[in-house]
Order: sequence, then C-alpha cells, then structure tokens
Amino acid sequence: MAVIRDVMPAFELLQPTSTADALTLLGRYGSDAWILAGGLDSFDWLKDRIKRPRYVIDLSGIDELKGVRERNGGVEIGAMTTLTDVVRHPIVRDRYAILMDAAESAASPQIRNQGTIGGNVSQDTRCWYYRAGWSCYRAGGNICYADTPESINREHAILGADRCVAVNPSDTAPALIALDAEMVLRSASGDDRVVDAEDYFIGPGTDITRMTVLRPGELLTAIRIPGDWAGARFYFEKVRDRQVWDFPLVNVASAMVTSGETIQNMRLVVNAVAARPLRLVNVEQFVKGKPRNDQTADAAGEMAIEGAQPLRFNAYKVPLMRNLVKRAIRGVGEWATS
Amino acid sequence: MGYFLTFGHSPWGQQILTHVSWNLLWASAFAGVAFLVAHASYMVLSAHRKRHPAETDAMEAARPDLPARIPRHSGVARAFHWVMAASMLTLLTTAFLPIAGIKFAWVQWHWMAGLLLTTAILFHVIHASFFMDFWSIWVGPKDIPELKAEVMREFGHDVPGPKPGKYPLGNRLYHLALVVVGLSVIASGLTMMVRVRTPLFPRNPYLFADSTWGFVYVTHGMAGVALVGLVIAHVYFAVRPDKWWITKAMIVGWITRRQYLEHHDPARWVVDGNPKSQIPNPKFQL
Repeated sequence: MAVIRDVMPAFELLQPTSTADALTLLGRYGSDAWILAGGLDSFDWLKDRIKRPRYVIDLSGIDELKGVRERNGGVEIGAMTTLTDVVRHPIVRDRYAILMDAAESAASPQIRNQGTIGGNVSQDTRCWYYRAGWSCYRAGGNICYADTPESINREHAILGADRCVAVNPSDTAPALIALDAEMVLRSASGDDRVVDAEDYFIGPGTDITRMTVLRPGELLTAIRIPGDWAGARFYFEKVRDRQVWDFPLVNVASAMVTSGETIQNMRLVVNAVAARPLRLVNVEQFVKGKPRNDQTADAAGEMAIEGAQPLRFNAYKVPLMRNLVKRAIRGVGEWATS
Repeated sequence: MGYFLTFGHSPWGQQILTHVSWNLLWASAFAGVAFLVAHASYMVLSAHRKRHPAETDAMEAARPDLPARIPRHSGVARAFHWVMAASMLTLLTTAFLPIAGIKFAWVQWHWMAGLLLTTAILFHVIHASFFMDFWSIWVGPKDIPELKAEVMREFGHDVPGPKPGKYPLGNRLYHLALVVVGLSVIASGLTMMVRVRTPLFPRNPYLFADSTWGFVYVTHGMAGVALVGLVIAHVYFAVRPDKWWITKAMIVGWITRRQYLEHHDPARWVVDGNPKSQIPNPKFQL
C-alpha cells in the first residue's frame, strides 16, 4: 500500500469561532467529522491516510475554549489551552504544581506551544502496529499484533490488557486524575455531561476502539480542577528513553496530604502501563494513616504491581512502576524521608 | 459484501476477513421481531379450530388409567435447560449490548458464560444419548405427514393427521436449528478463546492463518446474530398464553392428563399407565 506521507489529503476544513458553532458542525457530520485541536496527533493520522475523515473541525479559532480561570475555589482550564500556557499560568504553578510538572514533561517546547491540554488527554495510543494501519483489534480487526511471540512490545501494557495491549501516552492525564479533576463534555444533542477525569479514560475491555468516553458529536470543552488538593504534596515523575522529547515509558503522579510524617490522604496514578491511566486505589487505601517512610513505600510498591503481566520485551516496566510508586510515597531529594 | 462482512488488511497487504457486519445483528433482531408480530397477528386475526371442551372431557374419561400429572421433563433436564438459558442470555447480552452502545467490560463474562454453555451442552448430549429417548427430538422424512397436518390445522382445517409425540414439530425444528447454530457458535467461540488471555492456557494468536481466523470470527458472528432471532422467537413462544402450559412444564416438570391427551398422540408418546401402549419402550417414559 503506497502511502504519500507529509502531504495532507483532501478533506473539508471547517473553522468555527464559537463552541456553539463547533457543536452544530459535530451534530451535522457526526462520525464523519474529525476534531482538530493542536494537530500533533491528528496530522500523523491524516497524512498517513490511516484515518480518512471527510470533515475536519479545527477548534483553534474558538477563544472561549482557551485560558485558565478560577472557579469555585478551584480552576477551570479550557480544552484548547496550550500546554505552554498551562505551565506558565501562575495559579497552576502556585497551587497545582503537579500539573505544571506533567505538562512541562510532555514532548518539546515547540510541541507544547502548539499542543493543547484537551488534545494531550484525548490523544490516541502510540502503538505502532495500530498506527501503521493494520487491522488490529483497536482498528476494528480481530488480532493484536503487539501481543504475539515475535512482537516488538517494549512500550506496551503490563496491566489491564484485554486483547489489545496498547497504552495511554498522556503525561497530563495522571496528574489530572491525581488532582480529582473533572472533564466537561458538551454535545450537539444538548446531552452535556461532566465526568471525573478517572472515568474519562476507558480500557479495551470496555471499548477496544476508543481511549476515552468521548462519543461522536461530543466535545471536551474544559477541565475543572477542584480546590481540594491545591497545595498538597505533589509528585510527578516520567521515565522516558530520551529526556528531551519522548513519550513516557512509565509516569507517576500523586497528591498527598500529610500530618507530620503520617499520610492522611493520597491519590496515586500511573500511566503508560495500561490503555488508561490507572489510579491505584488499593495502594491509596493501604498508605492512608501510615508513616511516610521506606517501609510503607516498599510495601506500596509491591502492592502496585500485583497482577502485572509483562509481554516479551517490557518486563522492565514492572520494577520501573514499582520504584516510581515507591518514590512517589517516599519522595526524592530534599523531600525524601530519611 | 461490505453489508454482510467486514474486511481488513494483513501486514502483508492481503485482504482478510475480520468479522460479520453488525448490520446483520439488526437484521436478525428485526427478523425475530417481524416473525413475532406476524405470528401474533395471525393468531389474533385468524379463526383457529379449537377443540371443544366436551371432546377433551370425553378423551379424559376414556383414559382414567393415566396419572393426573404426566411427567414431561426430569429435574436434570429442567436444570440443564435453565442453565443453558441463563448462559445463552448472558452470552447474547455481553456480546451485543456493547455493539448497541452500552459499554462495559464484557469479554471475561462472555467467555465464562461460553464455557458454562459448553459444559451444559456436553452434559445434555450425554444425558440425551443415554438417558432419554434420543430420537424423540429429531425430525426426518417420517415427519412430513405431521408437517402437512400441522400446516392445515394452522389454516383452520380440522384434519385427522398425526398429532405430535412428546415434542411438537415446531419444537423439534427449533431444536434442530439450535443444534446447528449452537454447535457453530460453541466450536468457533472455543477456538477464539485461544486469542484472549484466560487462566486456562497460554494464548496463541498464530494458531491459524489470518484467513482461517477470519472464517472462525465470521462463523461466530453469523451464529451469534442468528441466535438473536432464534432467542426472540423462543421467548415469544414461551410467554404466549396458549403455549404457557409447555413453559410451565419446563418449570414444574409435568403436564396434566388433560393437556397430554389434548395436544399429544398417546401412541407416539407413551406414558406409564397406558395399557394400550403400542410402543413398549421404557425409554419413552421419561
């Protein structure tokens, strides 16, 4: 199959200037429409001719979807806010430093200038078998090419696999879940809804062809972060092959409230180990009320990797995830427990 | 072909079968509901010859030797039926609700229900082969006179042709369809389990070539969508008031003497206490 790369295929480009107009277009064209945010995920799909939408709805002209605003003691971030703007916003820096760290770890400065937070959380998986256009489960076929004895699956899932072993590559997603954020979804049909960030992402067992609960005709318009976890002890760490620009091999995000050295409350999330960011509720429950020390961290790390099923080339992710969870609890550097 | 089957491309650029088109699901559901509406309308609007109560009274009076309750299904047979029904409904809901838009983690429930169905059917095959009248449920050329008589009765004629033995002809035809479709769905489903992670055996996605896998998936899909229509028809007949006595027998295990005489041919379904039995085969007494 000859593919002419780097030449944009023909489609009808629609550039609404309001959310209402965008929703009208989504309602009109439904699953024939492709939502374009920063374009960093989309352009690969389009240029490679793997996805062939008839209509592309470019959201870049909708100002109401951009910006960071205070809201009910928390903050609301428009879905089209660039990652750079998220990183630089004073409220984010002062109160939600974990999100700043996560957004700043994504890709390169140029990409963060163009990429949006809505696009970062809604991007598709990077599994190259899937992105090459083969008829795998995620593409509607009946096989996972990444889960065979010969597959090159170093970056794939160790948890939550269900036929498909692709992983979610977002850096901001685990931070948003750790902050107990909510996703505001608006629909052309008026069926608007607000879902917890944790529930925004779905695994292959639930829907093998989608990464999020977004349905055709729906638009992620904003992300709301409550004030509950503002200023908590945060930890974000991303391990990748190249420090300058790469997707995560594993990343971890946590928000912790302590009393002295006792953990009072915690939200802990890892990503790039499954098709959706995994909130480690059992670990959160385990560490609650326990001292923040090596012993607690070690036990939590072991608990985090229970049920992990590595593939041929990604067994390294198991100790990596375990150690990242330990570091999220124990801390590193000046924050570390003795 | 795209309306019935879906195709993909292998890494070698070959076109391969992947699934049936889910258009067929809606076609099967529509066919099942259309049959239901057509049959129900016909039953309401047409004149059916109903046996006068006096006739049945006379038949009953002539056979005081029969017990008041005629055993129809043993406890084991009833348990099998309801286990199979539960597993079948679980299989259909876990398979098709996600396609209809109700998303949930269905795969594990699906293969577990499939294993339960497989176990139940294996049991049924052994039980029916060695402990029941194996041939009483099958159809063959010998049933053509009964088919003719049943069709004439459906059109309101009072014909003297043969009446059913233990199982009405429609019941036996349904069973035949279910054997074909059920065995197809089970054989293909068990094969497909090789591709999913289970604690039972290591998965092997390369057991067959892509084209063979496509055939397996299409077989499973075809049989699955056919079952939607078949199950709609089955549930329809199970809840029809005029068939309720059959459904009730699947719950309590027996029918009344009156129902036995009214709907069955005692010569073809011989029960204990019938001194005029022409077929003294004890296996027919189940």
